[in-house]
Parts: sequence; structure tokens; C-alpha cells
Amino acid sequence: MTDRNQPAHSWEPDPESDSYRRYREAYEAAKLRDVPFETMSGVPVAPVYGDPPYPGEYPYTRGVYPSMYRSRLWTMRMFAGFGTAEDTNARFKAILRNGGTGLSTAFDMPTLMGRDSNSPWSLGEVGRAGVAVDTLADMEDLFSGIDLSGVSTSMTINGPAAIILAMYVAVAEKNGVARADLAGTIQNDIFKEYQAQKEYIYPPRPSVRIVTDMIRFTTAEMPRWHPVSISGYHIREAGSTAAQELAFTLANGFAYVEAAVAAGVDVDEFAGRLSFFFNSHSDFFEEIGKFRAARRIWARWMSERYGATNERSLLCRFHTQTAGVSLTAQQPENNIARVAIQALAGALGGTQSLHTDSFDEALALPTEKAARIALRTQQIVAHETGVANVADPLGGAPYVEWMTDEMERQAEAVFAHLDELGNGSILEGVYAGIENGYFVGEIADSAYRFEREVNEGRRIIVGVNAFTDGSEGEGDILRISAETEEMQLKRLTEVKQRRDDDAVGRALAAVTAAAASPTTNLMPPILEAVHTYATLEEIVMAMEAEFGTYVEKAII
Amino acid sequence: MGEIERANSETESAGPERVGDAPADDAALTPTQDARLRVVLAKLGLDGHDRGLKVVARILRDAGMEVIYLGLRQTTDSIVAAAEQEDADAIGLSMHNAGHLTLAPAMVAAVAEAGMTTPVVVGGIVPEEDVQTLLDAGVATVLGPGASATEVAQAVRDAVAAAEASAS
Amino acid sequence: MTTRTKPSIPDLYRDARAGNRLAIGRLLTRVERGGADADAVSELAHADAGSAHIVGITGAPGAGKSTLVGELVSHLVADGRRPAVLAVDPSSPLTGGAILGDRIRMEGSQDSVSTRPAVDGDAGTVRHKPFIRSMATRGHSGGLALAVPLAVRLFDALGFDPVIIETVGVGQVEVDVVGAADTAVVVATPGMGDAVQANKAGLLEVADVFVVNKADRPGANDVRRDLELMLDLSKVTGQEAEIGYRPPIVMASALEGTGSTDVLAAVADHLAFLESTGRRDERRRHRARTEIEARLAQALHRRVADLLSSPTGVALLKQVEAGDQSPTSVTRTLLDELLASTES
Repeated sequence: MTDRNQPAHSWEPDPESDSYRRYREAYEAAKLRDVPFETMSGVPVAPVYGDPPYPGEYPYTRGVYPSMYRSRLWTMRMFAGFGTAEDTNARFKAILRNGGTGLSTAFDMPTLMGRDSNSPWSLGEVGRAGVAVDTLADMEDLFSGIDLSGVSTSMTINGPAAIILAMYVAVAEKNGVARADLAGTIQNDIFKEYQAQKEYIYPPRPSVRIVTDMIRFTTAEMPRWHPVSISGYHIREAGSTAAQELAFTLANGFAYVEAAVAAGVDVDEFAGRLSFFFNSHSDFFEEIGKFRAARRIWARWMSERYGATNERSLLCRFHTQTAGVSLTAQQPENNIARVAIQALAGALGGTQSLHTDSFDEALALPTEKAARIALRTQQIVAHETGVANVADPLGGAPYVEWMTDEMERQAEAVFAHLDELGNGSILEGVYAGIENGYFVGEIADSAYRFEREVNEGRRIIVGVNAFTDGSEGEGDILRISAETEEMQLKRLTEVKQRRDDDAVGRALAAVTAAAASPTTNLMPPILEAVHTYATLEEIVMAMEAEFGTYVEKAII
Repeated sequence: MGEIERANSETESAGPERVGDAPADDAALTPTQDARLRVVLAKLGLDGHDRGLKVVARILRDAGMEVIYLGLRQTTDSIVAAAEQEDADAIGLSMHNAGHLTLAPAMVAAVAEAGMTTPVVVGGIVPEEDVQTLLDAGVATVLGPGASATEVAQAVRDAVAAAEASAS
Repeated sequence: MTTRTKPSIPDLYRDARAGNRLAIGRLLTRVERGGADADAVSELAHADAGSAHIVGITGAPGAGKSTLVGELVSHLVADGRRPAVLAVDPSSPLTGGAILGDRIRMEGSQDSVSTRPAVDGDAGTVRHKPFIRSMATRGHSGGLALAVPLAVRLFDALGFDPVIIETVGVGQVEVDVVGAADTAVVVATPGMGDAVQANKAGLLEVADVFVVNKADRPGANDVRRDLELMLDLSKVTGQEAEIGYRPPIVMASALEGTGSTDVLAAVADHLAFLESTGRRDERRRHRARTEIEARLAQALHRRVADLLSSPTGVALLKQVEAGDQSPTSVTRTLLDELLASTES
């Protein structure tokens, strides 16, 4: 009789294999959270199962760290920002009280586009989609009462990123916190603006110069700061497929690497502080395959193509946000289920940080209740489901491995195309693809295809084109009062009255001069300017005088 | 392949739409061509989400209309100027950023000020409770995010017909 | 179809002459629709037209024409001119609709988020707003060939100058459209084999000015050289000696902000050449002839269609089908019928 005590197959790693021995060594050296790593029923589980390469081992398909969530859960980073800086400051403090571990800031549309609240373009938009920041004074209000050395702050801004980072540094230093102690990320990914989000100011090349200046600056002076969060989220939201999200994002990453190296920084000096930002959409296994492929591709390219040798340079560490575009206005409570599943995909895909959308976000900015439910969703995944006990638990599943390979294959085809477009340089290929509408065209095609499928009922969206019973009526939505705009305008006037206009004028002239000199780093003159309480738009214009603006070609 | 040519070489077929086949004008020395509805599509303000607008452009093109695509970062002035020069039958605005209560009425007002009766159709993210406010302000129709291709095209045609009926 | 209250053509024309842009827009719609209205516009415009410089600009997709036109328009406006642009784009052959997106890049920096001032001209120059109209080809055979010249004549009659026709592509339609202008500008860009394509399409023979756009890119000088070579090799060389004009090749780059004034200068030089040699009148004659030919062809085409669907025609076609008559003999019969009916 077969011995039922011996399982037919051992799913646990082979303790004799070299790779597993190496893994165990690394794992043992890691500091673990003080929780039992057992199932709900008390069954102890191993940190990883199946075959190598194991997490923390090149090419990191199965995870960037050996001990993954056993050491540290993903950062539960909730996006916040609306109204005045004071409103957001209150929301920040509530998040920290509720157990959130990182601050994430959304800025209003005028701020994202480098315009002041009193610009004619800002009418009706001040403080609506995020917090309004016109001067250093607003940044001071935003972080008032928060010890910046004790938090990790993520700032989601691109075109005017250099100025916003300078403001953050200025606030910290005015409160006695050294810039070298600041931890966080600034999105600062300008490529994807031309491809998807359209929040650009200047043409591509000068914009990339600003990015490399920031990379040089943070490499030298802010070692805990991530100067670029290479983002696929927006590319996906604009309608790309999962593979396009993966491919365009990593290609942009390669392009930044080439640009920074060309600007004189050694790859291993900065690559370790590049991070990524992906979408987590509804097709569960496609997303997981995408995340795993991202790690594998980045590691290989950084090592083989760009010659990075420091392990940190090879790690594709990423933040994930559940797909905003998947949220429905109809039967909004269904979005709680969607977000939970998308969050689960992020956790199973090994994300380092996660933002879960609020269920009412299809209609407007989230209410506090909805934002809390979104955070609780993450906490449930982290603490109740047991998925955090085992790294890459789906690794080895045939479908998942196949999906990972497929995502990689499609991405490689895109890289080959860009390489060709750029005559052997991904950076030049990306510039060319922006210029000739390649990215925008691919995304528009995918978006249109999806829309047709939904329209024709071939793709079911619950509550929208099927199961529509219950789709009437709406709950509370967050209203930004018109007062916000008035208050912000008053604040701006006040600050402009108090400041020394001569100092402002001199500082702005210095910014323009720096812009005209390609090898001068823009960060120090921008820092000077923010200290004088020059406004965001004034500093933007000081650079625009040199760089010009950008009007995109309409690719439908 | 680049520029508008890529979209115009699409072989999708939603059935051609003739805005009324022109009566054969035999005596005329210039042959008649079928009329097409001309629609200006744009986004006001700073918002950069143009995915929906681009999808609508293709939908209307597939429905046989001529889309004058202005895209992002337009002002009421630039849209009115285009509508005037292009003799547009309708203006389509895509809204995402909660600015609709300010921007949509401003568009309607700008059209009237220019002495035109072009209907303004709004699509995108508009909370249910604001729809009536917009309609009261003179917006012709408000389309929700889940509107189908057929609904979008029909809404434009209806808005144009209604505007012509009240103008004559 | 448009059932809106129709002001009469003379009323619209009068308002348009007075500068009412709404009226101009509506007249252009009537022109596109064709029919009796278009005929009426043609009669009215004829009397007032004849002074505008008509410039055709074409080139392969992606050549950056719209941006170039935008730059040209900016400069023209700053110089006190009153430009009109007709931007022609293809309609979908299947649905008949079209996406016309060229105008945003043509409007220059007037409406961008930037607060930089637009190109400055002399203080005190009256700055006219350019008129930009997008026109789709609508797919009807011959339709475009008549709508464009009529629209151009209308702009001319309303005092716009220059009138720029911008089309995309290097096909026969473009050759015809651009060839009917006073000055034909062909735009090529590096790395796309444009020069060869232009040659194949016969554009080299109608081009009066070449622009190598995006000249900041590698390969720009190769394009210039290719064009020079082709000009040398083609029969244009024979004409060049005869006429005394060889199309210049202008380098332009929007990125570097160069070349657009050179393009304007080349275009102006060509006009001067046309006037001093009396060739401008020749162009006008050629344009008129082309238009009349097109109208005649249209009218005859309709007659032929009518004839073929008439009882006589249908019966004859059936005979061919049955094998009782040959296509050629049936054609002979029908032609006689056609010529007889036009005489009566």
C-alpha cells in the first residue's frame, strides 16, 4: 500500500539545492515581523515554495527580497489631497492615526500644470482634484505639525516636480530636518506625460534635462529620496493593454537610465533609487504575470544592457494603485469588491506599496468614509487572508508562469521596435515614439478596442452592461466648496504682499540663466527661488522663457 | 503611420450614415455631396484626460460625422472660433474634473454671445444631481460615462435636430 | 438636409464680404454641399476673386505640415496679411465620416497654456485673425476636385490672401489639388523616403518649392541631396533652362525655430517670378480649364449614369449579358444616344 504519509510530490524547495541554501541564508539574516507565519488553522507555512529562482535572487521574478512580507508588509500608502493645504493636512493626520504608514499627495490641476491659483486657466479648478500649492507657504501648511524625518512622503507631480521637491526640502530644512534625512518619492516621470497623462509643460528634451538634474541632485544630497517613479498606471488608465503598460513603462525606465548616464551619473549610483508605479486592473492573472515579468525584465536589462552591478540597481521595486478606470458610477459599492481583488493581485504580485481606490471615486474625490474602507481593504488582505505569509505563492502555477513569459515576450517586441526607432538607443527611440505618435496611437487603439467590446456587450462590466438592477441612485459625493478657491486666492495675495519682490526677481533671473546653461543643475537656483516665496508659476515661466512649450499632435 | 490618417484608415464599420442623401440637383453644375454633421470636440481647462474624447471622436467618425478635433486645453474662445469657422453643427465637451458646473455653462454663454445657436453636448463624469443644473444652464444633453456608441451618436443627432427646430 | 433657416446665398455673401465669420463658415458649408447653392457662390465669387496668392502645401503624413502652416500663418498675421487655410483630410471610405485634427497645430501659440506672446510684427500693423477651415474628402468622385477650388475662390473673393490649401499625402488627388495652386509646396522629412515617394507620385513635376522639414534630424541633408539629384535627372532640368526657375529646397525645423520665414520668402519669390514672366495668368487659365473639365466630366458622368439606368440602357445591358451584343457595339449605340440627347 502506498504510504499516505509521504506526499506524492514535495512542493517545498529542495533543501539540498544551492539556490535554496542561498535563499535560506538570506532569509535567516532578515529581520522578521513578530507574527506567527501560520494559516488561520494553525498550520505553519514555509516562506516560499517551489522552484528557483527564489525571491531576492536574480532575476527576481519571484520577488525583490527573500523575506518579502514576512519582514515588512507593503506600505499602505493612501493618496490624499484636496482643497486647501490645511484641509489636506488634517486628512494626512487622520491617515497617520488610522495606521497608514506613508503620506501621498495629490495636487490640484493648476499646480500639476505649473499654474498659480489666480491664473485664468485655474478658474473652477483650484483645490478640486487635489491640494493647491502656489508658494512655499502652502507647502508649510500642508506639512504643519508633521515630523518629516519620521514619514515617507510620495508626491504625485511631474511637470513642475523640481519646484515642488525644492519646496518640500525648504519646509524640512526650515523645521530643522536635514535634506539627507528625507524619505519619499516624487513621481517626476515626464515621458509618460507625453504618452498618456498630458501634464507636460516644456518639450521633451528640456524636460528630461530637468529630470536628470533632479537625479544628480538627489544622488548627491538626498540618498533616501526616490527622484523618479516610472509610471505605468496612467498609461493603463489611458487605455493601454497590460503588456503595453509593462513595455512602455520599462522602456521609459531604460530611457531615464540612458539619460542620467549621459548626464554623467554612474548607473549604480542612482538606479537603486528609481522605483516604479503600476496599475492593478481586473484581470487577476494578467496583472500578476505583468508584475513578475516586470521584475525579471528590469533585472536582465539593467545587468546585461546597462552594466549595473549593484544589486539594488537591478530591483524593480514598485508602488501599485488599483485601477481607477475600472470603477463604475453605477452601483458604486461593487467597486469595493473590485478593489479588493485588484489589491489581492498586487499583493500576490509582490508590490512594495499599495494604494486602494475608494468606491465612490468614479464620481468625485473620495469621502472620508470611503477612503477608510479602501484602507481597511488593504489591511484585511494583509492581516486576514494569509497571503503575506508566503512569498510569490502563485509561482510555479503553469498559468502564472506562462502569463509571465507572455507578458515578457510582448514587452520585448516593443523594446526591439524602440531600439530600432532609436538606432540602438532606447532613449532616442522613446523621443522618436513621442514625436511620431507611436505610444499615443497604440494606446488610443487599445482604448477604442476595449470600448467597442464593452459597447457590444462582448466584455461584461457588472452593473454597466449586465446585472444592471440596482444601478439607479447615488450616495453622498464629496463637494469641494467654492470657498476653497476664494481662500486660496486670498492666501496667495497675502504671501505675495509679504515677500521681497527684489529677491524674487533676482532668484527668477538666476533660474532662467541656469536653464540656458545645459550643464548647470537647476535644483539649487530653484531652491533659492522657493525660499523667496516666488510662486510656482513664476518659476515655471522662468524656465519656459528658455525651454518653450509643447503642443502635441492629435493622434486619435 | 501618423497623424489623422491612422484614424481615417480604420476599417471599422458601424454602417455609413448619410445625413439625408442630397436630392439630385440635376440642373446644378456643381455636383451635390452628402451632407455630414460636423462636430467640434474639445476639453476645457487644464484637465489632461482625453481617452474618452478620443473614443467619442472615433464613434462619431464611424457614425459618418466629421469631427473637428481640438483636444486638450481649449478655452471657450478657441472653441467658439473653431465652431464658427467650421460651421459646426454641435460642440462636444468632455468633462472629468468636477469643473463642469463652471465650465459647461460658460461654454453655452460663449456660444450665445457669439450669436450662434450651436448645441453643446457634455459627456464624461457628471454626477446625477448636477445634470439638471447643466440642462437648465442651456446644455443640450449630458451623457454619462456608460453611454454606448449608438447612444452617443444619437444624442448628437438629436441635439442638432432640436437646435435647428428651435432656430427655425 | 440641414433644415435650419436658410439665409439666401446673396445675403450670406454680403455678410461675408463685410467680415462676418459666421457667414463665411456657412458659405463654405454650402460650397461643400454643392448643388445650386454652390453654383450661386461660384457666380458671386467670380467677380471679386483674382488677387489672392494661392499656395498648396502637401507631403506625406508625419511631415509636420500642420505645424509648418501654423508657423507660416503666425508670420503672415504679424506682417499684416490676412491668411486663410483650407485643411483637407481624407474621409473614411467605409463610414464617410472623418476626424479632422490639423487645425490645433495651425493656430500657432495663440491659445496655448503658455503666456508667451505670439510672434510680434511691427507695432501698429493690423493683425487679422486667420481663417482655418477643415474639409474632408467625402469620398465622392470629383467632389473634392470642385469643392476645393470653389472654396479657394470664395476665400479669394472675400479678401483673404494668401489662401493656403493643405492636403496630406502624395497621391493623385494631392497632385491635382496642389498643381492647381499658384505655388505648390511639397514637404519632405528625413528618414522616410519622402523624396522617392514624391518623385513617384509626380509631385516633383508640380512642385515650385520644396521644404525639408524636421531638418534638425539626421538624414536631412541626404533628403536635400536626393531632391536635388531628382530635379537634375528629371525633365524638369530641361524646363528649368527654358523657364528660368528651379524649385528651391528650403530647410526648416520647428524644434529649432528655423526656416519658416525662408519658406515664406521662397513662396513670395515664386509669386514674383510668376508675375514677372506672365506665368501667373497661365496658372489661372490652367486652373479654370481644370475646373471646367471637372464640371463637364461630372455632368457627363451623371448623364451616363442616368442613361445606363434608363429603360433603353437596361435593355441594352441585358443584351450584352445574354451574349447577343458586344460591349463595344452597345457603347456605340449609347454614345450616339447620349450625343443626340445633348443636342436636343
